[in-house]
Amino acid sequence: MRDVVTRMTYRKPPEGTHPPNDSPGYKSTALRHPKQPLIVIPQTLTELTGPMYPYGRIDTSDSDLTRQHAGEPQGERIIVQGRVLDDNGRPIPNTLVEIWQANAAGRYTHRVDQHQAPLDPNFSGAGRTVTDADGRYRFTTIRPGAYPWRNHDNAWRPAHIHFSLFGSSFLSRLITQMYFPGDPLMPFDPIFNSIPDERARQRLIADFDLDVTKPEWALGFTFDIVLRGPDGTPMET
Amino acid sequence: MAGLTPSQTLGPFFDFGLLIPDGEVVADAAATGRRITIEGVIRDGAGVPLPDALIEIWQADSSGTYRHPADPNHASSDRGVNGFGRVATDDEGRFAFQTVMPGRVPGPDGKAQAPHIAVGVLARGLLTRLVTRMYFDGEPSNGEDAVLSLVPAPRRGTLLATRIDGDRYRFDIALQGPGETVFFDV
Repeated sequence: MRDVVTRMTYRKPPEGTHPPNDSPGYKSTALRHPKQPLIVIPQTLTELTGPMYPYGRIDTSDSDLTRQHAGEPQGERIIVQGRVLDDNGRPIPNTLVEIWQANAAGRYTHRVDQHQAPLDPNFSGAGRTVTDADGRYRFTTIRPGAYPWRNHDNAWRPAHIHFSLFGSSFLSRLITQMYFPGDPLMPFDPIFNSIPDERARQRLIADFDLDVTKPEWALGFTFDIVLRGPDGTPMET
Repeated sequence: MAGLTPSQTLGPFFDFGLLIPDGEVVADAAATGRRITIEGVIRDGAGVPLPDALIEIWQADSSGTYRHPADPNHASSDRGVNGFGRVATDDEGRFAFQTVMPGRVPGPDGKAQAPHIAVGVLARGLLTRLVTRMYFDGEPSNGEDAVLSLVPAPRRGTLLATRIDGDRYRFDIALQGPGETVFFDV
């Protein structure tokens, strides 16, 4: 056994930041949310560590979803960039950022997606990159289309890009979705609106960014992501 | 203090974005320790298997060291143990991992924890990741584990992987209903 270790703890997410798994408006939650209360456990070395760089080589085409095939995909080319920070405002460098999305017509390259919209042979819709020393990431992609789903009558998901992040430990793992400003479908979407806190919800909407927009080439959007981080108070364990 | 980014479901159509080569291999052939496989099924509150869940696990090597800088011994961690596994369930809700039996890692009370693996569950219909732990049935140190002791005795069994035969273990996950798996707030 090792000697006593001094380590950091992570703050709990503020109430209302994350959606409750029991969210009746989103029908698939009905049979998939635990009914027993979660059991509070201490943060041990198991939780304070985590996969740092889970796998493999990253190629430059991995972060440019418009250059993964012989031809160019259909749709509106966009740049999505931002910083990955912890909740103290510190950048998280060298962390994996994975994205996946529908194509411009609102169709995923997935065998189960039955939406009557065309696949694009030049667009797969998956990307990944690693943040730089300042926590920055950048993707070039196509603006995804809205698509219908069967949650309720005439249900449509607002356009969104899925994001997956690891951060500094098992506790900072996050899967989320980025939305686009001004999308008229957002008020009707039970997934977006499952987040109780209005200000937290707004943080999932990217900002249109003229400074990121490249003339004659692509619109730019900025989407910063904030993950749980050590709160800076050492704890004797 | 910056505001946290909220969680959202990964939806049904994630595998082309998140599946990784050898995601089921947590420890490779060079790893030290007892090689084990873990197999299981994840089910919803009606007992129906989930064909669209993503299971992620994280563990120490066979000496109880994590490959992460927060572990004071990380520099000597077993290079054969990545420690991380990620798989999607198949159409019958099944998942499987190949790894080594993790060693004991320090606990909150100064005592070593019983061997365990951290588990994260993501799926369509789950808006926020669920977190649990897998322990091993019959492991003598389970009785003194600080985390397991926080779980009411009648529910502890949901956290125990049971031996199928030899080095094969079974760990099923129930999101809801009879035998609902214990999930944690950490």
